[in-house]
Amino acid sequence: MSVGSSHKISTSKLDEILSTYDFKKSNLIAILQKVQEEYRYLPEEAMIYIGTKIEGLSPATVFGVATFYAQFSLEPKGKYEIKVCDGTACHVRGSMPVLNAIRNKLNLKEGQLTSDNGLFSLETVSCLGACGLAPVVVINEKVYPQMTSDAISIVLDTIMKEEA
Amino acid sequence: MEKTKLTIDIKEEQKKAQEAVKQQGLRVLVCAGTGCVANGSLGVIERFKELGADVSVLTDYDKMTIVPTGCHGFCEQGVLVIIPDKHVTYVKVRYKDVEEIYESHVRNNKPVERLLYTDPMSGEHVHKNEEINFYAKQTRTALANCGHINAESLDEAIAVRGYEALANILEENNPDAVIDTIEKSGLRGRGGGGFPTGRKWRFTAANKGGKSYVVCNGDEGDPGAFMDRSIMEGDPHKLLEGMAIAAFAIGADEGYIYVRAEYPLAIKRLRKAIADAEARNFLGKNIMGSDFSFDLHIKEGAGAFVCGEETALIASIEGERGMPRPKPPFPANKGLFGRPTLINNVETLANIPVIMLNGAEWFAQMGTETSKGTKTFALTGEVNNTGLIEVPMGTTLREIVFNIGGGIRGGKKFKAVQIGGPSGGCLTEEHLDLPLDYDNLLKAGAMVGSGGLVVMAEDTCMVEVARFFMNFTKNESCGKCVPCREGTKNMLKILEKIVAGKGELSDLDLLEELAHTVKDGSLCGLGKTAPNPVLSTLKYFRDEYIAHIVDKKCPAGVCTAMKTIVIEEDKCKGCTKCARTCPVGAIEGTVKQPHVINQDKCIKCEACLNNCPFKAIVLK
Repeated sequence: MSVGSSHKISTSKLDEILSTYDFKKSNLIAILQKVQEEYRYLPEEAMIYIGTKIEGLSPATVFGVATFYAQFSLEPKGKYEIKVCDGTACHVRGSMPVLNAIRNKLNLKEGQLTSDNGLFSLETVSCLGACGLAPVVVINEKVYPQMTSDAISIVLDTIMKEEA
Repeated sequence: MEKTKLTIDIKEEQKKAQEAVKQQGLRVLVCAGTGCVANGSLGVIERFKELGADVSVLTDYDKMTIVPTGCHGFCEQGVLVIIPDKHVTYVKVRYKDVEEIYESHVRNNKPVERLLYTDPMSGEHVHKNEEINFYAKQTRTALANCGHINAESLDEAIAVRGYEALANILEENNPDAVIDTIEKSGLRGRGGGGFPTGRKWRFTAANKGGKSYVVCNGDEGDPGAFMDRSIMEGDPHKLLEGMAIAAFAIGADEGYIYVRAEYPLAIKRLRKAIADAEARNFLGKNIMGSDFSFDLHIKEGAGAFVCGEETALIASIEGERGMPRPKPPFPANKGLFGRPTLINNVETLANIPVIMLNGAEWFAQMGTETSKGTKTFALTGEVNNTGLIEVPMGTTLREIVFNIGGGIRGGKKFKAVQIGGPSGGCLTEEHLDLPLDYDNLLKAGAMVGSGGLVVMAEDTCMVEVARFFMNFTKNESCGKCVPCREGTKNMLKILEKIVAGKGELSDLDLLEELAHTVKDGSLCGLGKTAPNPVLSTLKYFRDEYIAHIVDKKCPAGVCTAMKTIVIEEDKCKGCTKCARTCPVGAIEGTVKQPHVINQDKCIKCEACLNNCPFKAIVLK
């Protein structure tokens, strides 16, 4: 759990989130979602803080919930979160070559999920429910339908140019 | 039981809403479901609005209204634009096409031929929605309004009889009669299990008295299924009404809709629908002036397939790790926060208002002996018309794949259909005439599941498909039961070995043994069904496994490990790009001379293949 511990967290921000959800144990998942929205990941300090502030919870339980759900990340995600759908329909229609093309384009080594400059992070998700458009890639909120290696490469080039 | 006098006259509201729809003039329906939005429907809507702003130029109508609708289910052909008064459906509409539709068809009654749907079988243009095979062969009840009403307007929902069933039952004030109707209809759970819905309601209602809950399972996790998303996005009020009716019947006053986080648009529309319904007193305290109150909340999932299992879903709503709990106690006795809880899937609940309006007999006349009504299927994969369909239970696979689906893409040969997602199995050519219902599918070693139908053609490798699903269940196993946690891991290892061309014949026996252990030794449906794709592919496509193991060949030509990547000499211009791209330095050659791949070094990553500007590198 040492990753990202240097991230500055603001307890007043966390208190604000906690009070929106009435400091309720059953709202833990929603609280963690808000925290992740704020920091683009779940900083260790934030999880400890939440675990001590909500009655009936411990930091260990919070960590347990955070690691259970695929949506939560303990490492900072990129400014652009790339999700490659690898649901059945996308898989059958070639999502893997698209994924490989992205890995190559971003120079991601085996097991590496975030590009060196922190701009992009990459993950596969199982089914976004847009199977008619397979294979699908989602970057932040935008859905890119019927992707190919070439098409995704152009999409990434455009983003890189905007960010340069 | 005494009838309740309601403060809202729903028939009156309906009349007003229908009048308001008439006042819209020429209605142009533009699909704004996830699929069409991705294809640019928001731009299409804006463009129509710009053009329609000047009403003085309209000929037959004094007004044009652009209606953003929910998903039609024909996502592949998006953006879909339907003008009901002109009896036309346009497909693949883009921003630049809008002006032509407006000028030619809206103003001058001349259809734009090039934007009509082309039938893949006959090659002819089709004008009307109901003439497109994809729609013509369907019977839409749960999906009836999806794509035909403004998904964000309560009034439009009321105009198509929304909340009429709820008003009726509140007036009648007889919860038992509601359960009777649902029981008689023969409706079974549409989430996969197929448990009789009425019986589930009866069990939960037996615990009436204290606090109880209604929970809607909108955690549609099966890859390749998106019917629940379409209902939540396209007709959210139908779901809310179904939940309210269920709550009234079992005596609950609070409900939760659990929606997976991957469906942001569904969450947004549901939130708006709940707020709108509360404002009109269709939800909330003393609904329509009756004694019945029902508060509805949304809980967002956070990405865990196992949460589709009802006890895991309860744990997740309570804010915990979504791990299944042993049953009994069943949720009907001890569910959410320890209270009696009714859990139904989205599609099941969407069927409720329709059944209450049309009667149990109407519903029961559709379908087969043991499976009544209609079922939605998400038809995807190697088929011409991918999309969401709703057909009577008992429709054959042939009808679905070849009539509604328009046959296999690119004239390829049909191989199999994977039904029911990671818990399901394969159906092959011999099953094409099997009437699809709960019991027939179980007999064939598959299951309806949530209704994902992925069509596979001759170039799909069944071993790789089995590996794909096993990888999915391995990742999604919650880890509670050892046979599931370790068993799926080891089954995956064996499958990976086979697709890598390193399998041995004894692996197949081990695979089967493990499959049965995982099936028998797991607590919840995820583990109990995880081996199904393996068992079913082993049963119907054993020869493909053997080809991988003995001949070291992938008959479908999919498995990379059994292929070689080569540079075609005549196409190679010697640009050196591949040599520079190769991560292991396996490509040799001099500038402007054809290059060669050293097969001993090649790791088959396909980086060169994807980067070659002359398409000179191919898989063999």
